[in-house]
Amino acid sequence: MSQPFLEVKNLTVSFPTEDGLVRASNDISFTVARGETLAVVGESGSGKSVTSLAVMGLHDRRSAQISGQAILHLENGPIDTISAPVDVVRKLRGKSMAMIFQDPMSALHPYYTIGDQISEAWRLYNDGDKKAGIKRATEMLDLVGIPGAAKRVLEYPHQFSGGMRQRVMIAMALVNNPSLLIADEPTTALDVTVQSQILELLKNMQKEFNMAVILITHDLGVVAEVADRVSVMYAGKIVEQAGIDDIYYQPDHPYTIGLLNSIPRVDQLEGRRLIAIPGQPPSLISLPAGCSFRSRCSFASQVPNNLCASAVPDLDEKIGGHFSRCHLTEEQLKKARVSTGAQL
Amino acid sequence: MLKYLIRRLAATALVITLVSMSVFVIFAYLPMDPARLTCGKACTPNIIEANRHRLGLDVPVQVQYGRFVKGLVVGRHYGEGVASFECPAPAFGYSFNKHACVSTLIADAFPVTFSLAIGAFILWLLLGVSLGVIAAKRQGKWQDKASTAFVLVGISLPTFISGILILLLALKFKLFDPIEMGRWVSPFTDPIGWARNFIFPWITLALAFAATYTRFTRSNVLETASEDYIRTARAKGLSEKVILRKHTLRAALAPIITIAGLDFAGLLGGAIITENIFNLPGLGRLSIRAVLVDYDLPVILTTTLLAAVFVVVMNLVVDILYAYIDPRVRVA
Amino acid sequence: MTEPILKLEGLKKYFESTSGGIFNKKKGIVKAVDGIDLEIMPGETVGLVGESGCGKTTVGRTVLKLYEPTEGTITFNGQDITHLSAHEMKPLRAQMQMIFQDPYASLNPRHTVGTLIGATFEIQGITPEGGVKHEVERLMERVGLNPEHVNRYPHEFSGGQRQRIGVARAIALKPKLIVADEPVSALDVSIQAQVVNLLDDLQEEFNLSYLFVAHDLSVVQHISDRVVVMYLGKIMEDANKHDLFRAPRHPYTKALLSAVPVPDPKKSRTREKIILQGDLPSPMNPPAGCVFNTRCWKVQEQCRVEVPPLIQIGNGHRLACHFPEPA
Repeated sequence: MSQPFLEVKNLTVSFPTEDGLVRASNDISFTVARGETLAVVGESGSGKSVTSLAVMGLHDRRSAQISGQAILHLENGPIDTISAPVDVVRKLRGKSMAMIFQDPMSALHPYYTIGDQISEAWRLYNDGDKKAGIKRATEMLDLVGIPGAAKRVLEYPHQFSGGMRQRVMIAMALVNNPSLLIADEPTTALDVTVQSQILELLKNMQKEFNMAVILITHDLGVVAEVADRVSVMYAGKIVEQAGIDDIYYQPDHPYTIGLLNSIPRVDQLEGRRLIAIPGQPPSLISLPAGCSFRSRCSFASQVPNNLCASAVPDLDEKIGGHFSRCHLTEEQLKKARVSTGAQL
Repeated sequence: MLKYLIRRLAATALVITLVSMSVFVIFAYLPMDPARLTCGKACTPNIIEANRHRLGLDVPVQVQYGRFVKGLVVGRHYGEGVASFECPAPAFGYSFNKHACVSTLIADAFPVTFSLAIGAFILWLLLGVSLGVIAAKRQGKWQDKASTAFVLVGISLPTFISGILILLLALKFKLFDPIEMGRWVSPFTDPIGWARNFIFPWITLALAFAATYTRFTRSNVLETASEDYIRTARAKGLSEKVILRKHTLRAALAPIITIAGLDFAGLLGGAIITENIFNLPGLGRLSIRAVLVDYDLPVILTTTLLAAVFVVVMNLVVDILYAYIDPRVRVA
Repeated sequence: MTEPILKLEGLKKYFESTSGGIFNKKKGIVKAVDGIDLEIMPGETVGLVGESGCGKTTVGRTVLKLYEPTEGTITFNGQDITHLSAHEMKPLRAQMQMIFQDPYASLNPRHTVGTLIGATFEIQGITPEGGVKHEVERLMERVGLNPEHVNRYPHEFSGGQRQRIGVARAIALKPKLIVADEPVSALDVSIQAQVVNLLDDLQEEFNLSYLFVAHDLSVVQHISDRVVVMYLGKIMEDANKHDLFRAPRHPYTKALLSAVPVPDPKKSRTREKIILQGDLPSPMNPPAGCVFNTRCWKVQEQCRVEVPPLIQIGNGHRLACHFPEPA
């Protein structure tokens, strides 16, 4: 694996609220290299989006308390977006790192043409007049597969369908050849046939620009399609981190095992009963002591001394390259996989 | 876009026609006898009847309306012989009280009202929008709270109180020559004098309106700032200043334009209270005098009609402007 | 030979859309549902799938007469309900219920859970044995909620729990048919399984029929007996679950299935992927001939002019295509 482009170390994002300090994202560490796709998987409240927003410097520093590091290894040297001055980070956005969001319907300004919006992104970092900007915008629209780009570049967002708008967002994000692309639930709001088009596009663009890609999603199917490595998040912490095959075929955390067992699959028709994870995700304000997943874990009883209730497990390397935040041993986890009768 | 424009113009013309008809009919069926009102104490039935004939009030309503419309286009001739008079187009009627064609009265009063309206308009927009933006940017801090206080005061104080207070203050500190009050000078001949006459009425009106606009701007800016496309703009690397100017304000202020236009149109009909307090010879004072003192029906009829027309036309202008700003509206 | 609990024949629902100003209203017609024939047997779950604009949600609502059908007939439990008035429908509503998609919007935030579920009894004027309160608590327990929370308000519950409230409300009167409109798509993944299992259990217990409207094929596959695929207001394919997912015959079904991501990296790498070109046409302006022709890779001239009829190809498998895929 090549040298990482993004190195996140012990990133913690907390928000003071009326009811106390909410650690939306807690002690997060991961790396992403160019040409690699890291999927960050989690449900609502897992903190998956919060982490990426911190990397991009998009949190309001007045309301968010952020500690840790997010180091971009640029050509001119590394920059830590957490500690660097606001202006420095701002000049990295849209240039070295870019982000696309979930709902393309509302992510584009309704009053400006697509060409104007893409051109604006390009002219921010390149010398060029309006005409040059529109030309570049047209090129980008072509690149992302929008037919009739020369005409469409003069149109407004409401004249595009959802899938097309997401392509526009991608074009806008890539216009300055960023080295890191963060895609936050980019296909959740799209139809499934459009989703596969967009995922294909993202894969091609990654190759074209040799980008590091972070894909944030809750859809384990999408992850299987595009990811090289996976970080599973729960209640603000990373609970498992491994290569894609390891995560799916040898999951090493009860939450991951639970998730994989609970999702229905089009390729499995035998009347398999979905094994649901009981209970619901905890409130981040009043996290229980010890392991956050304990109340929903079927295997906590196997851990001696009631450790799960008192000690937060560390993110340990259970097997080479495979990390899990769990008190269970690798042996116990193996048995857990088998005992749930899941077809992995 | 062109089709939309044509449709709207036709609709506007229709509405104005309907409004003029309604106003006309209302005045035709008022319990007062307009002919009776044309002369003062020294009235005899003969004079009344003669005036009735001269004003063309002895024919059916439709005919009156027809003549009225014709008069708008070609001017009108009242009466015959020695006691006849002519009002050039557009002829809105004749005021016996003032012995003048209503159109002349309007022509004299309108520039005053327009000056008042435009100055106040610019002032309240600048004040209201800036305060609103500041309050939004410093939400929860003292600037925001101060602006709320200002808003409350501005909305609660009626113009007849704030106007008088301002007038008194101005007089006390000798900022203002009471002899000069209400004397009209054209802005083209004496701009300083013109502005001096209007500065306090402007402030009076602006205070009242600025309060609403501060509140409105603040909430619009706050709402727009939380939209997804603002987050996209930030992710692109744009500076906060540029985001505010190009992205946030453009979206936040669009609805304000509609309201501002209509408020302005309303003022064009005459800011009655303010004009009265500051003795400005505008449409407002003209119409209130006609109602309360002179019972001068032709004048009342005309000012009412004009006020309605201003609003209707401005409605169209504002809609077109909005369609220009917000492309989603141009669907048709 | 049992009678179907629900039978739709030639069902159409068109919406008028107007744009323009006072003098020039441009009338467009959205053919949301354009001729649907469908049967649901007692105790059966029929999954209705398709992408945006296919009309599946409209079908669900029209079946319950929440929309008045433009054309066609709806026969419920042997009775033609197509033209029944709201008043005449009322007693029937006890037997046909709906579970909505958005657990946050579908519950009145000002009513307690007890009121929400109890309202069903009140509206129908039915008093269950043991009284309304007792029955409400029993229902709450049945769907996995704590009956002690009967006086709480919706905002005090999580999304999954709110959806359970919706389910309790739907089964309160022991209906024969439940139309479930995307009941789990707004829920977190780990919660979806809970609600799906609940729906499964309830079906067995009460011999319920479900019309399960969804876009998520994985969920549909799990819960349905039969699956109907819609596109732009028309049925493309209708088959039992096995046949549809193992051997889809319609090109659209095939493309749809290949587009569904499977949580299995090895399979993802090796499976055949059909990526459809182009965009979904506007329902206001559907293509002539076969509505799918603009995106079909097998398209021929015939497809552009002739609407393929929905025909039986054996084993309850229906198909509307001029050039179906091989079995």
